Amino acid sequence: METLERILGEQPFFAGLNPEFLRLATGCANNVRFAAGEFICKEDDPADRFYLVRHGHVALQLFAPGRGAMTFQTVGPGEMFGMSWIAPPYKWTYDARALELTRALAVDGLCLRDKCDHDHDLGYELMQRFLSRTIESLHATRLQLLDVYGAKV
Amino acid sequence: MNDGVILSCADLNALIESLRAEGRRTIGPVARDGVIVYDDLESIDDLPAGMTDEAAPGHYRLARRDDDALFGYAVGPHSWKRFLHAPVQRLWRSEGERAAARVLAEPLSQEKTAFIAVRGCELAAIAVQDRVLGEGETVDRHYRARRDNAFLVAVDCGTANGGCFCVSMGTGPEASGAYDIALTEILEGEHRFLARAGSEAGQALLRNLPQRAATAEDIRAAREVVARTAQHMGRAMPVGNVRELLARNPDHPRWDDVAARCLSCANCTMVCPTCFCTSVDEASALDGSGTARVRRWDSCFTMDFSYVHGGGVRSSVSARYRQWMTHKLSSWFDQFGTSGCVGCGRCIVWCPVGIDITEEVRAIQASERETEARHGNA
Amino acid sequence: MAMSETASMGGVEDRTIPCVGRVSARRIESSDVVTLDVETPEGPVRYAPGQFNMLTAFGVGESAISISGDPASGRLTHTVRAVGPVSRALCNLRPGDAIGVRGPFGVGWPIGTAATRDLLFVAGGLGLAPLRPAIYAALAERSRYGKIAILYGARSPDSIIFRRELEGWRGRFDLHVEATVDHALDDWRGHVGVVTNLISQVEFDAEQATAFACGPEIMMRFVAQALVAREMRESDIHLSMERNMKCGYGQCGHCQFGPFFVCRDGPVFAYEAIRPLLALREI
Repeated sequence: METLERILGEQPFFAGLNPEFLRLATGCANNVRFAAGEFICKEDDPADRFYLVRHGHVALQLFAPGRGAMTFQTVGPGEMFGMSWIAPPYKWTYDARALELTRALAVDGLCLRDKCDHDHDLGYELMQRFLSRTIESLHATRLQLLDVYGAKV
Repeated sequence: MNDGVILSCADLNALIESLRAEGRRTIGPVARDGVIVYDDLESIDDLPAGMTDEAAPGHYRLARRDDDALFGYAVGPHSWKRFLHAPVQRLWRSEGERAAARVLAEPLSQEKTAFIAVRGCELAAIAVQDRVLGEGETVDRHYRARRDNAFLVAVDCGTANGGCFCVSMGTGPEASGAYDIALTEILEGEHRFLARAGSEAGQALLRNLPQRAATAEDIRAAREVVARTAQHMGRAMPVGNVRELLARNPDHPRWDDVAARCLSCANCTMVCPTCFCTSVDEASALDGSGTARVRRWDSCFTMDFSYVHGGGVRSSVSARYRQWMTHKLSSWFDQFGTSGCVGCGRCIVWCPVGIDITEEVRAIQASERETEARHGNA
Repeated sequence: MAMSETASMGGVEDRTIPCVGRVSARRIESSDVVTLDVETPEGPVRYAPGQFNMLTAFGVGESAISISGDPASGRLTHTVRAVGPVSRALCNLRPGDAIGVRGPFGVGWPIGTAATRDLLFVAGGLGLAPLRPAIYAALAERSRYGKIAILYGARSPDSIIFRRELEGWRGRFDLHVEATVDHALDDWRGHVGVVTNLISQVEFDAEQATAFACGPEIMMRFVAQALVAREMRESDIHLSMERNMKCGYGQCGHCQFGPFFVCRDGPVFAYEAIRPLLALREI
């Protein structure tokens, strides 16, 4: 039988984490499922968790009147989204919407923050992982901002 | 020099006459507008007798000599490049409307030429352009035709000007390489020329000229001319592996330093006897009946030289100067197995702000040595 | 390619002379990109995937355009983006119009030496055009290769070129095709994000894989870095460079890239050979 701990450990984000830390993290995680088109979070909602996508795809969007919903990133299996729970003001800054039937692991940020506060070794380990995801996403964002494919006019 | 023969001034004139009798257009040094240019000459009377060139970075003046030397100067703004790799060359023209275009190749030049007074550095430059344009996988047919039709009368340099650094580049002052006839002008005693043949055509031509055999004394005098010139070089390319030096210094602060002086005027590339870059333009007949493609000399100092959609790759002067000098002295080896510099000094003399390629090399070399010394002391 | 009647005088090929071809078909790929099929008087054309031709719009000028068709078809196909006077004129050509063709020039993708290996094609924007002949060549001998993945990044869904083919390839069981765009509205069901993000989603054996990438230079630099991060060797990553090209055979000087002439020594280079140059500004 698949245990939650094993599923969590198979996610790239938690790969290689020591068993004790993985056990602590598993205590904050649970399986979630979203139907196609369902909103997972909305801009300005309190941000209290992050998601590790197992199946399906999620679009991260901003909505502008007159232009509609603009997707700036899609997240698929093995990828994660949601960092706003780490630092104030703990608010989502975009809408996340399942593009198809999506299964994911939701990790409770309040629970995890609490455990990190009590065990700084766990906190250091996890913050390094979040920082590395943040850097990757920053690099991708830069490339996107440069609009490299566009013909200059 | 063993086979040398001695020609008098009159015999030299006979040489020009026989070249003209072969149907050749004789082109050589002519004083005009205060400089020595290469243009048509009919006899030795057209040569700049008794003149010399005073040159320094950003400076060139003709002056009188105290003798009647016919070749008593070094090089002016012209090089033989203009007669081999034409500044403007139509490549083809097309006829007919949009849907019925027919392309007609530009005929090759049939003109037979003789270049009079080709210097050692210039023979080296012609050899460089032969490698770039005239040999290998793709041959430029217009260059090849002009090159094949040219008879080269070389002359050893009896005078170096302030720009000259052929000795340090191994290209002069003695004429060596693919000449048909080479001359040494001897002013000591009787005004005469030691002539030697470098090809069968040169041999055949010399044989029919009035002449006398060269004596040991003639040969000694000729050797002395070359040796004396070699001792009076205006400057020298620094000793050392310049190719590697520039290849490892693309980010050297000196490039910004030279860029602050460089006007990006492209003079250096225009006067350089080896610079070969060209661009093409489309010319349309006004009535829309046809078009032509015209090739022109271009320069890596222009902004649109490296244009890719959106802008030039090398938009700063610093990058363009680096491209020119690194190409000339370093990547030229990678591309053509030789340096692109022959030490003629034209880029130095004709630079309006007197940038000196040898000085720029020396500066980069010196800064590396300083760094090494500092690290060595640490 | 053989040249027009007037082009070879004295038995020496003159590579400055275009042969006169005819546009036989024109397809609009996106708002500013057009694909032209060109027939040349000599009939079937031979070229290596990744090579380019110099195309002339008579009376306007000439531009270097990669060959984007199926090398087995014997036909010339070019995909052109209208960005300047010449490319605009080329894009405006209609079936039956004359077009000047010189080439093919340059060194193409080393697809032949990649047999038995996994293949990764990573394209950005119009960069899919020069990769397409290599993709055709690989698919023509599908069994010679391991896994094949095509990763394509475009600015937006409406700027995707060769859309029908991509959809067809996506439907195959023996190909992994992913497309991503930088920006999309709600009607786009595919990936959004940069093409480097897709690299982590493909399975391949880094030891036994060859990657071919073409797109804007910044994108290729990041793609190469992402592939190296997945432990691919720099010598197994090939990039197609863009520089100003006027002659096609290393004699006009415009396309110099360090010691290389992009037209003659490239446009395809091993990442290993050009990595130090890619790090230099304005080279």
